[in-house]
Amino acid sequence: MNPILMIDFGSTNTKVTAVDLDGEKLLGTAASYTTVQTDINDGLENALKKLEAKTGKLDYTARYACSSAAGGLRMIASGLVPELTAEAARQAALGAGAKVLKTYAYELTEDDAEEIQRLAPDIFLLTGGTDGGNKDNILQNAKVLAGIEGTFPVLIAGNRAAARTCEKILTEAGKQVIVCENVMPKFNELNIQPAQDKIREIFLDRIIKAKGLSQASQLISGIMMPTPAAVLAAMELLSRGTEDFGEGKGLGELAAVDVGGATTDIYSMTDGAPERPNTIIKGLPEPYAKRTVEGDIGMRYSAAGIVEAAGLGAVSSLAGLDEDRTLELLDEITNDTSRMPDTPELEAFDKALASMAIKVGMSRHAGTFEKVYTPMGEAYAQVGKDLSRVDKIIITGGSLIHNTPEAVRAIAAHALYDINQPSSLKPQNAQVLVDKEYILSAMGLLSQYHPETALKIMKKELVSYGTAK
Amino acid sequence: MENKKKLVIGVIGADVHAVGIQILNHAFEDAGFEVTNLGVMVSQEEYIAAAVETAADAIMVSSLYGHGELDCRGLREKCQEAGLKDILLYVGGNIVVGKQPFDEVEARFKKMGFDRVFGPGTDPQDTIKALKEDFGL
Ligand code: B12
Repeated sequence: MNPILMIDFGSTNTKVTAVDLDGEKLLGTAASYTTVQTDINDGLENALKKLEAKTGKLDYTARYACSSAAGGLRMIASGLVPELTAEAARQAALGAGAKVLKTYAYELTEDDAEEIQRLAPDIFLLTGGTDGGNKDNILQNAKVLAGIEGTFPVLIAGNRAAARTCEKILTEAGKQVIVCENVMPKFNELNIQPAQDKIREIFLDRIIKAKGLSQASQLISGIMMPTPAAVLAAMELLSRGTEDFGEGKGLGELAAVDVGGATTDIYSMTDGAPERPNTIIKGLPEPYAKRTVEGDIGMRYSAAGIVEAAGLGAVSSLAGLDEDRTLELLDEITNDTSRMPDTPELEAFDKALASMAIKVGMSRHAGTFEKVYTPMGEAYAQVGKDLSRVDKIIITGGSLIHNTPEAVRAIAAHALYDINQPSSLKPQNAQVLVDKEYILSAMGLLSQYHPETALKIMKKELVSYGTAK
Repeated sequence: MENKKKLVIGVIGADVHAVGIQILNHAFEDAGFEVTNLGVMVSQEEYIAAAVETAADAIMVSSLYGHGELDCRGLREKCQEAGLKDILLYVGGNIVVGKQPFDEVEARFKKMGFDRVFGPGTDPQDTIKALKEDFGL
């Protein structure tokens, strides 16, 4: 036996997952409350005790960790044109596992400066202009940032012709500055990996210390990454596999949803190329592994956001409640965010909330198409990813995985194509796979060292609940 | 390399004629320009976004299918709105329906704010000459 431990310091729970490398199997999982206020190791020890009760004493040969504790990795991004560098910057941050508090385009105003100071991000990602393109905007924004109080590091990933001057402006103002390649070196060319690598480095160097996680890091043998980055890595491995054939083959194109208390994360693993003939792609190229986060929709802190986005009528009719009662329940769970669905009414309400969260989240994540009538006949313009042929949906996250298979199938069905949104390119049909043991972040960590084992365990542990309906 | 003049080119509106713009792309690059080619079915907003981000010196609008006049309306105003104050605007192709006297067509497009207007069958070299002239190269 060669046991390895994976730790996920979550905002509420610290989850531990033990894996046997030799047997290529899951040994057990356990969780306990995260303790950032006192010593993060307290929560970890509690979780480990629970795990030990299940697995017996294990002599771990390695310990890997990811974290979304203490607010996760909080970032602000800025660019020039909203659909271009600002979007590229946002995608870079999201793909690095950050929580993107705000994305600014064009010049930062005084109001923006105040807002940035108030939000106090962990990292500011400053971009704008293609290489050799617009310089004025990023230079102006560097000046505005230089005037903001706060210790956050600034990652410059914009027009390389302006990067050094920006660096100078910010360094002189006492900011820690890191320069890397442009997120969009040429028009419509995404180059987000270098920025993501730097974000990970900054996360390791600075953020872990700042968030009181360094006590734990002494125990840890390997990289520490933001939890969403670990989940993204797991999904990509699951989709692509380690080989094209046999045991290492991945599951192919897939989507995943994680409805949390405050946010809803949606992932898709596909190039998203158009299924329809006569389609022209518009907008930024899409990454194969894409993550979007809906900050306004979640099961508790952001439950009101679900109702707002989906409509009170939709939520209440799905829950089988009248609108007044729906609002009362909404009040209850928003005021008591640790409230469990302990009555049949609340259970129905929670299912409706989860369904609508997935529906709204997936609608925002998926691409759209528009019919254009040319004198020749119809053609289509597609923006974003076409997910219509994606035939697997992974369900993860504490709020969903404990439901019955019927309930999960029904909830997951809201991720699918909907006749009322004919232009949204959501999956047509999908098999539902559930991360019942809640191991995806752990497998993402494991994938950094032992991808074959991580893939094998995921394939074994993800449970099929049949077809979404 | 970074001192090259930068052009944003593309075929406007719902127009799918893809060949001419490809030829222009090569011709302009060979002539020493840095080209951002947006391809076919390009909206006014896309030209502008690309021009802002790349700090382009000119936008070259192509239109073949006859709806050019409608598609080009308001482009100059939007450029001004987006802070592209001095950007050159060229248009060419089969920019209007059927055969119309070129000087009338040219006058209408100039009134819309285009700096230069090219009729069907223009040799790319003529356009390159015009660009060099306008850039003072
Ligand atoms: C091939 C073709 C098609 C193909 C296009 C395939 C493709 N994806 O590229 C298809 C079959 C799809 C097609 C469809 C249509 N077409 Co057609 N098509 C042609 C054709 C035969 C050749 C075009 C071509 O590729 N030429 C070769 C390239 C190298 O030349 P070019 O495009 O003219 O570009 C050069 C110059 O014009 C100039 N130039 C172009 N843009 C610019 C811009 C600037 C700034 C400058 C300086 C110069 C410049 O430089 C280029 C390089 O030298 C022309 C007729 C012709 N012989 O030109 C008709 C033609 C353009 N089509 C025409 C029409 C009407 C249509 C349709 C509306 C037909 C219909 N009723 O369904 C549709 C429209 C579809 C749409 N939404 O765009 C008409 C346009 C008439 C008008 N403007 O009044 C033409 C002129 C035929 C005609 N005589 O009636 N078409």
